[in-house]
Amino acid sequence: MVRGTKSKMDQVTVTVLENRFAAPGVYRLRIEVPAIARVAHPGQFLMLRVGQTLDPLLRRPFSIHAVHDSRTIDILYRVIGKGTNLLTAIKKGGRLDIVGPLGRGFSWKEGSPSLLVAGGIGIAPLFFLAQTITQNGAGAKTSVFIGARNKTELLCVKELKAMGLQVEAATEDGSRGKKGLITDLITNRVAASRPVIYSCGPYPMLHAVASLAMQYGLSCQVSLESFMACGLGACLGCVAEMRNGDLVRVCKEGPVFDAYEVA
Amino acid sequence: MKKTKPDLSVQIGLLRLQNPVLTASGTFGYGQEYAGLVDLNCLGGIIVKGLSLSPRPGNMPPRTVETPCGLLNAIGLQNVGVENFIADKLPFLRNLSVPVIVNILGQDIKEYRKLAERLSNVEGIAALEVNISCPNVKKGGVVFGTDYKAAARVTKAVRAAAELPIIVKLSPNVTDIVSIARAVQEAGADAVSLINTLTGMAVDVETRRPKLHNVTGGLSGPAIKPVALRMVWQVARAVKIPVIGCGGIMTAADALEFLIAGACAVQVGTANFVNPRATMEIISGIEEYLGRHNLKDIKSLVGSLIL
Ligand SMILES: Cc1cc2nc3c(=O)[nH]c(=O)nc-3n(C[C@H](O)[C@H](O)[C@H](O)COP(=O)(O)OP(=O)(O)OC[C@H]3O[C@@H](n4cnc5c(N)ncnc54)[C@H](O)[C@@H]3O)c2cc1C
Ligand code: FES
Repeated sequence: MVRGTKSKMDQVTVTVLENRFAAPGVYRLRIEVPAIARVAHPGQFLMLRVGQTLDPLLRRPFSIHAVHDSRTIDILYRVIGKGTNLLTAIKKGGRLDIVGPLGRGFSWKEGSPSLLVAGGIGIAPLFFLAQTITQNGAGAKTSVFIGARNKTELLCVKELKAMGLQVEAATEDGSRGKKGLITDLITNRVAASRPVIYSCGPYPMLHAVASLAMQYGLSCQVSLESFMACGLGACLGCVAEMRNGDLVRVCKEGPVFDAYEVA
Repeated sequence: MKKTKPDLSVQIGLLRLQNPVLTASGTFGYGQEYAGLVDLNCLGGIIVKGLSLSPRPGNMPPRTVETPCGLLNAIGLQNVGVENFIADKLPFLRNLSVPVIVNILGQDIKEYRKLAERLSNVEGIAALEVNISCPNVKKGGVVFGTDYKAAARVTKAVRAAAELPIIVKLSPNVTDIVSIARAVQEAGADAVSLINTLTGMAVDVETRRPKLHNVTGGLSGPAIKPVALRMVWQVARAVKIPVIGCGGIMTAADALEFLIAGACAVQVGTANFVNPRATMEIISGIEEYLGRHNLKDIKSLVGSLIL
């Protein structure tokens, strides 16, 4: 079983091996950081210092997207604002200050079939989970569903297929795969194979996936986002409301939660 | 010629710190959160997250928003409460060799007194920092922090109840911070710390909604440093008790500005989020500066501003 709770975090300055255009508006950053690569779990994240100046002030959180040879880590990021724009300017050979691995990741249930459901950039942490699953020889019991607004926002389909996984796509405009929402696509699938669902994406999608899981009584884990000032559990700024009314830290108790616990 | 290492230690009333760098309440959790990143025993001291008598859930999210060179927060004093702190958090802190200072917050004078009494009776606490200045809770601290008579009343009550050194943390959201500093000095405070966050807000123009659920929040970070420095300078000239400077300190140079302006020690806050190792870099930077300027100790620097 893969579990991401107590791995040792560190603050390190790493070398950027690559920081390249991956798709329109999306970059892939590769860093060399064996100490973190060795202990990271799927669903965990890093806090990156995107610049050396005081504005933007705070680090930015990014999921660990892939780990290669226990040495390098990939981050897949969408360029949306000040911080991510600055990040694109860091060149190969440049240095980057990171803190990680942070948070509690996915808890992979080895015995059950796995269904990975991603919306847009939500594929970022699920790709690492897919890597771990295939490395453990469970690729045949695993399918990946990816949804996006249009075909240019569909990410990693080729790479996942190359890993031997069954991948299906849906786009809202029908430019690739099925036209419609990802939840439409998975409904009949979940009834048949009773998989454990792992999901990351925009909140409305997570909500729909979680509702579906509950309807069929399936186990489901969702990765949440929140604005994070520290990522370390210290500022209490990142809390999300749980079903029972508790406010819990997304950076520490999450970012991956049991869908049944989330409001 | 052989140079001796400069002496970084400072004395704040009865409290002795091995160096002048403390962590600001609310930015360092209960210490443990940073254990993997910072050698906690190298700090001057740890000021833990503000404690109330009973646990508090805090405000609904969003609770934080980044602003240019700053951070607005409206956490709403979420904390585990004094009993859980003593049972679950203090054992870890007690094992450290550095002073642990507990920040306390009450809804009324009685609560402040109870907190002071309770915390005086447990081992492992070096001092209390009385938070009379948190701007987030409607019934809470801000009332005490903005009126010098009320500030003095709280200080007196804590003074009478506590067998520990007490530091009163002042709010900058006042017309005359000096009169409040004087009032708490007279009421028996051993030191004052300033500044707490400056009240501010941010609006999302697309939705026309406030960016914080609480509408307003406390601004911290480099954006407030010049204001903090000015207030520390004013207060340090006006009171006899030690002043602890706080507000936007990111680097050793920032900390040195506060020391030169009259602070005997500093608190590092928001910087812990940006650079978890900030405190360590600030301590070594201060040491390097003292060496470079041939100063044998911190005392020779404090209040050495040349006008
Ligand atoms: C645990 C975690 C993992 C993440 N993993 C990834 C990842 O693998 N790839 C990726 O592309 N992004 C990821 N994100 C989101 C990423 O952190 C934000 O896109 C980034 O912080 C935006 O920074 P910016 O300075 O470019 O945007 P800003 O200029 O700060 O903001 C631009 C817009 O983005 C919104 N925004 C800012 N921060 C966040 C945030 N944390 N979450 C959601 N919206 C935000 C703002 O409200 C604003 O509307 C993750 C977030 C979390 C919490
Ligand atoms: S981001 Fe600071 S506690 Fe989660």
